[in-house]
Amino acid sequence: MVTGDVKLIGSWASVFVMRARIALNLKSISYEFLQETYGTKSELLLKSNPVHKKMPVLIHADKPVCESNIIVQYIDEAWSSYGPSILPSQPYDNAIARFWAAYVDDKWFIALRSILTARGEEEKKAAIAEVEERTDHLEKAFMECSNGKPFFNGDHIGYLDIALGSFLGWWKVVELDANHILLDETKTPSLFQWAERFCNDPDVKPLMPETTKLAEFARKLFPKPQA
Amino acid sequence: MAEKEEVKLLGIWASPFSRRIEMALKLKGIPYDYVEEILEHKSPLLLALNPIHKKVPVLVHNGKTILESQVILEYIDETWKQSPILPQDPYERSKARFLAKLVDEQIITAGFVSMARADEKGREALAEQTRELIMNLEKELVGKDFFGGKSVGFLDLVAGSMIPFCLERGWEGIGLKVITEEKFPEYSRWVKNLEKVEAVKDCIPPREKHVEHMNYMGERIRSA
Repeated sequence: MVTGDVKLIGSWASVFVMRARIALNLKSISYEFLQETYGTKSELLLKSNPVHKKMPVLIHADKPVCESNIIVQYIDEAWSSYGPSILPSQPYDNAIARFWAAYVDDKWFIALRSILTARGEEEKKAAIAEVEERTDHLEKAFMECSNGKPFFNGDHIGYLDIALGSFLGWWKVVELDANHILLDETKTPSLFQWAERFCNDPDVKPLMPETTKLAEFARKLFPKPQA
Repeated sequence: MAEKEEVKLLGIWASPFSRRIEMALKLKGIPYDYVEEILEHKSPLLLALNPIHKKVPVLVHNGKTILESQVILEYIDETWKQSPILPQDPYERSKARFLAKLVDEQIITAGFVSMARADEKGREALAEQTRELIMNLEKELVGKDFFGGKSVGFLDLVAGSMIPFCLERGWEGIGLKVITEEKFPEYSRWVKNLEKVEAVKDCIPPREKHVEHMNYMGERIRSA
């Protein structure tokens, strides 16, 4: 099997980059982390991902892999004999995990981000309501997938845990910005407890950005319009 | 004695997303029951099986519901091992998934918006955007009969159901020339190859009816 050099192009603040890093940690793969500078795109990034020009990009033995969820699957498949399985082994469980991971990106994240980009109180309230509704779906998804175990994937974190859990840093930042609880212990208790377990996982903890630092970065990325 | 397998597919004749599932099932020789849904009158069964998205395709296999066409394709490939559609090599798999995502996100959007625009300049600008995106597929086909190599694979089903057998019908209807054999020789060769594969050919929506349908959809968007 190919154990070439492994590089990851990314940034400390990116949810999508974190997914790849958690997966690499799970498989105990050492890699060179190439931190992008905010506001510019390195030549290597542009060369490795000419279609989207976005991070993360995993470069394994000089071959680039793009798109965070695709990278996570790649890591699971290329290093299948290392560490725990990231995708579930049964096709149906796999399909459920993939469905919800797509939901997280296509529906849930879009709603979360629209809180940050909302103009005016009305838009913000509507965005918050949408996030709450979609988070409720994820609570049900958790019950369905976890089957009484600590994570979506069962006993240890997997594909869907990584897909949603990587948002936890930004989730807190958006809560602060909206001045409204978005992961409610009473409304979505399973998800709330899962979040704590996820953040404390040894493969996740060193990667989760510190809230104050991330909030400061968020203000740069999503500047508030001048009054 | 083997238990009878229940495989049911809820689809719509004009939907590239449900057509690609039919192609996959046919490629693997899996018998299935087909339920035709109507866009404007979704059945109670569809709404019960897919309450979140209320969309086709929906695959039901022995009482289990699988949603989202690319998820269904991967499920089919993992469940029925004959005639594999995803490549074996992890890197090739990642490329197939990457380009499939490009088709179902950027290419479909640019393609449909090009049909939705009423002004010629707007249409041509979007046609050009679409061409640039499809060029990524063109490059991938060099030296291959199919994206899957010698046989039809995951990306062939995704891109085939979407571009030549859906978007092109829409463009034909409004007289917009997006893909030419001159600019896309590999793509054009690939489409001819696809049309010779029985499992694909049998699952292409009938041309005239499809062009008419795409025109109707385009009109609805343009007049909205």
